[in-house]
Amino acid sequence: MKLIFEKSIPGRGQDIFPACDVPCKLPDAPLREKKAHLPEISENEMGRHYTALAKRAHGVNDGFYPLGSCTMKHNPRINEKMASLPGFAKLHPLQPAHTVQGAHELIADLEKFLCEITGMAGVTFQPAAGAHGEFTGLLLIKAYHTDRGDTERNEIIVPDAAHGTNPASATMAGYKTIVIKSNENGTVDIDDLKAHLGPKTAGLMLTNPNTVGLFDPNIMEITRLVHEAGGLCYYDGANLNAVIGIVRPADIGFDVIHMNLHKTFSTPHGGGGPGSGPCAYKDFLAPFAPGLVCKDGENYERAEKSIGNMTGFYGNFLVMVKAYTYLLTIGKEVYTLAQNAVLNANYMQEKLKDIYPIAFDTTCMHEFVIGLDPIYRKTHVSALDVAKALLDYGIHPPTIYFPLIVHEALMIEPTETETKETLDEAITAFREIYERIFNAPETVQNAPQTTPVLRLDDTKAARDPHLRYEF
Amino acid sequence: MGTFIPNTKEEQLKMLNEIGYKDFDDLFKVIPDAAKVKGELNLPEGLSEIEVARKVEGLAAKNTIFRSIFRGAGAYNHYVPSAVDAIANKEEFVTAYTPYQAEISQGILQSIFEYQTMIAEITGMDIANASMYDGASAAAEACWMCKDRRHSTFYVSGALDERILTVINTYSFGRESKVVVIPVKDGQTDKEALKKALAEDDAAACFLMQYPNFYGIVEDAEELCKITHDGGAKFIMYCHPLALGALKSPGEIGADIAVGEGQPLGLGLEFGGPYLGFLSTKQENMRAIPGRLIGETVDTRGDRGFVLTIQAREQHIRREKASSNICSNEAWCALRAGIYLSTIGPEGYEKVATLCSSKAHYMADELEKIGMKKCFKGEFWNEFATTCPDADKLLAALEEKGILGGLKLCCGCCDAGCDTDCILWCCTELNSKEDIDEVIAIAKEVF
Repeated sequence: MKLIFEKSIPGRGQDIFPACDVPCKLPDAPLREKKAHLPEISENEMGRHYTALAKRAHGVNDGFYPLGSCTMKHNPRINEKMASLPGFAKLHPLQPAHTVQGAHELIADLEKFLCEITGMAGVTFQPAAGAHGEFTGLLLIKAYHTDRGDTERNEIIVPDAAHGTNPASATMAGYKTIVIKSNENGTVDIDDLKAHLGPKTAGLMLTNPNTVGLFDPNIMEITRLVHEAGGLCYYDGANLNAVIGIVRPADIGFDVIHMNLHKTFSTPHGGGGPGSGPCAYKDFLAPFAPGLVCKDGENYERAEKSIGNMTGFYGNFLVMVKAYTYLLTIGKEVYTLAQNAVLNANYMQEKLKDIYPIAFDTTCMHEFVIGLDPIYRKTHVSALDVAKALLDYGIHPPTIYFPLIVHEALMIEPTETETKETLDEAITAFREIYERIFNAPETVQNAPQTTPVLRLDDTKAARDPHLRYEF
Repeated sequence: MGTFIPNTKEEQLKMLNEIGYKDFDDLFKVIPDAAKVKGELNLPEGLSEIEVARKVEGLAAKNTIFRSIFRGAGAYNHYVPSAVDAIANKEEFVTAYTPYQAEISQGILQSIFEYQTMIAEITGMDIANASMYDGASAAAEACWMCKDRRHSTFYVSGALDERILTVINTYSFGRESKVVVIPVKDGQTDKEALKKALAEDDAAACFLMQYPNFYGIVEDAEELCKITHDGGAKFIMYCHPLALGALKSPGEIGADIAVGEGQPLGLGLEFGGPYLGFLSTKQENMRAIPGRLIGETVDTRGDRGFVLTIQAREQHIRREKASSNICSNEAWCALRAGIYLSTIGPEGYEKVATLCSSKAHYMADELEKIGMKKCFKGEFWNEFATTCPDADKLLAALEEKGILGGLKLCCGCCDAGCDTDCILWCCTELNSKEDIDEVIAIAKEVF
């Protein structure tokens, strides 16, 4: 398909701007000499271009999207409608506080809901995404230790199964990452944890259920041990959908958490964002919270020892409107989300485990991981091949090659908004692919065949980078 | 309550039994009892769609929508062409995830590749990334791109928006870099102070300026670029993307990195977010770029296609050694920016820059006539600061008429040495001559 620049014809275009009704005046400063190459295209042609692009994309609304760790649940339409109300969408962030009381009321209500769900005391909405929330949480931990004069603590403990953002966030916060092992059950190895705890421990980052979809049965002991060593406990809320309404991170010993509004709270992911990663904390971290908050309806306040700001204004406000709308809809029965999410994952796991090796064969939470390694060794059909074969069934593949502790991993998260029929169709697809792996492996290795492009050469892209169109 | 769970209670029970569980309690027995919530959460009863809409619309109605806006200071009231909403709201774009599976994500990937090209073009740089959270966080990440073992001090202009400076400071608290603010003289970076600071510091990593700066002034970027490079540091320009329709581009000036707030490119005011950070740089800095990059390649048939690329910089591969932790970005906002720039085209891009500038100059002249003088001598584009006998009084009078006036500046912050209040005004293509005249008329009545 052509790029929009290849459809551009000099002189074409669209009339948007009126003639100038005041004298024309540019600053007496050096002006641009080289014109920017931008498309010259009619509205009709441009519309068709983007419609063709939309047809070459796949969203939750196009079909099943069991992308592990990403919680690709249905994005309710009412959320979008509420976020587009002019009373929210047309607000200038620096309007006088008394003219944006509805917005502040919404933020305060959403904070209350999220505090109740997590058990925490306060929430900052400044972070624009999950990883940004992790970074914020770690800065809160750092500010806490620094404030106490406890400056020797420079290590963050992260399990080997953790999301890649965890160690990357630790580095951004100036911490050294200490990796601890998972045990044979796929959860935290308590002895290895104990061996690494000490006077340098600033904190532990953990997601629970973890990235293999298992709830750590020793969670209370883990958080107790970290606290005894003087560290704080950070909960990576990427997997909160598995336990929402059933377990509260604060109750099991966590001090600070980020949530992904674009996962658990049903806001859409937009092909890669915007997300929103509010960070919730216990009382003793409140003095360090970032951002300005309007509490009295007139003035903006900053926490006493605030770490500063993570984004320019108040975070991704319209995403917050969507999550708030969602929580109003679901209400106190949020636990039903976790119930059906966990049921759907276990249903698929159970219906596939006779043929596909499950990494840790036990009751899973919202997701489970297939370790294709034994099959790969026999057949040379890889997790990537299985993923690509699913494309021909109209199914978005699971997350692959993650977590790193499982070889040839396929991480499947159906979410609660899928029907039994959809799961059954996907199970049939997986089983057919399994047959093909043994009977006609090349058909799996050569998949996909029905997509707009076939397998792409990643190596060429990285070795000979073309990151823009050359005019 | 409302629900988006399709399965009925009976279906759920049947599925549970089919896979060997009695009920949900049985399924959840892997969680220790001590970890579970006792009783119900203190949340309201769930509501039907009609009830939800009534409640949320009620909150929206408590906010004031101004019909005429003269406030900028980091968020700008530009026109969003009809096509932007119509196209961006296609659900294939809205409900997709990050394009990990390239074969069914060509639409998302190509739209971002086109966006990267357009950002590189308007900033005059070689390459751009796939987007950042917002302008302020993009500025902070740009500073970090310049940091290496020997260079860790970030110099920033005192004429930089304080909100952006705060984010740079906050990010720097993490990796413990030093941030030094170069003082302002007559609303602009004090060049001599910059020269001196860089000369005395072997560890200078970069100097970041805003273009136009917070007070609206178009500083002598070429001179600042030269001073910075002579001082052995990298030069970062934080730009208003529509100003570049008229002003010399960062690429033409010789900047190492251009960043900015992409909100004016087809995004609304939205009470501060989601916005769009853009970042572009020279080819040689490619491997230091934070965030996603989309690259061109071919499929097994030799047909052109696009993929996420140079991922060896990123968190999911490099973990603690990644160039940034960024995972989700603002792809959908970048899509909007791409549609916006395609809609206005090269001619519209120049035209909108001229309109903003012309309106601002007209307004500045009119305010001057009634005694509200410009605080600074420097050339400006669409924002400018003026004195005002009583800013609160004027802004309240404007508010009563549905007009959001300029931003009152805190006294002394601009170093102008004036003895009155100051207001930072902003004009865009949406402010007609009548709108401006109305402000002048109200100001005349007030004073």
